[in-house]
Amino acid sequence: MRTSLGRVRGLGSARSGTREFWVQRLTAIASVPLLLALVILVIALAGRSHASVIATLGQPAIGILLLASIVAVIVHMHIGMQIIIEDYVPSEGMKVTLLMTNTFFSFCVGLVAVFAILRICLGL
Amino acid sequence: MVQFTLPKNSKITQGKTWPRPAGAKRTTEFRVYRWNSEDGRNPRMDIYFVDRDDCAPMVLDALIWIKNNIDATLTFRRSCREGVCGSCSMNIDGTNTLACTKGMDEIKGPVRVYPLPHMQVVKDLVPDMTNFYTQYASIQPWLKTETPTPEKEWKQSHEDREKLDGLYECILCACCSTSCPSYWWNSERYLGPAVLLQAYRWLIDSRDEATGERLDQLEDPFRLYRCHTILNCAKACPKGLNPAKAIAEIKKVMVARQL
Repeated sequence: MRTSLGRVRGLGSARSGTREFWVQRLTAIASVPLLLALVILVIALAGRSHASVIATLGQPAIGILLLASIVAVIVHMHIGMQIIIEDYVPSEGMKVTLLMTNTFFSFCVGLVAVFAILRICLGL
Repeated sequence: MVQFTLPKNSKITQGKTWPRPAGAKRTTEFRVYRWNSEDGRNPRMDIYFVDRDDCAPMVLDALIWIKNNIDATLTFRRSCREGVCGSCSMNIDGTNTLACTKGMDEIKGPVRVYPLPHMQVVKDLVPDMTNFYTQYASIQPWLKTETPTPEKEWKQSHEDREKLDGLYECILCACCSTSCPSYWWNSERYLGPAVLLQAYRWLIDSRDEATGERLDQLEDPFRLYRCHTILNCAKACPKGLNPAKAIAEIKKVMVARQL
């Protein structure tokens, strides 16, 4: 029974979205040099012994590179998946559940990766 | 989840094949989507043959010829027949376009005609445009000012007027919006390329004084940011406009006012 304009206006503008848009592009740009360096690193480390790999990854510059890559990629992945869920899942309950799952998943994966890198770098 | 298949009562069935016009030497085959709310049947594709020696060259000419000579019940919108009014937008040969500016000879094989995709059908080739027009109304497509109206006119430099080129030509035929997958999935919240292009037309107008409020209204994950630069809109536009670029400009302005 709602009027067409009432439906279109809905709950009004959320006044948000620009931050995600900006951060998504920022992390995309950051990922280009970071992932390039990461690929070079992996190629350089191919075939080396475990001890030698740990020693290389333990260097501060390399550790920071890895941490920066993880943060950029995880943030990018989280926003990307959020956009896909918003695109394709119209039911509110399912959408909220999936958005929460996406956040928890990204956070856990990021945390595990950061912990692993810190452990190697700091020799914990 | 998004519905990727048609509901049961929307599945298209085979329709009637109408007899070829008597004595026609050159004919073009038309397969046209037919549906009405009254007979309780599923949509169907009727086949018509158009006598090319008795009909002008455009798809709209052929539809009018069919209506006049074969089947008066065939229903479609049309008005100006020269690409200005935007009434005869439909899906022809797999692309949303205006029937009046699409030549029959541009199409190889039978000419397949459907209503604009992912819209509620009123009858045959006539979609329900209510939501689309209301979305247009929601962006308040008129000059908004607080400064008292000048005695003669609101002045605009040539350079500022040029900024409206590529925007003011939009005829609101909805070819772009209904070709956009984001609009298919979220048309109740996403404004779609046509309305966003119109929104940008008012954002960029040097005479308008409501730019900030207009941006506030657009800044929304669904209203604006469902655009993922798929670019179907730019490909479909029968007027050669680029709604995707207009949307990108809106996003740039959104970022600019935050940095």
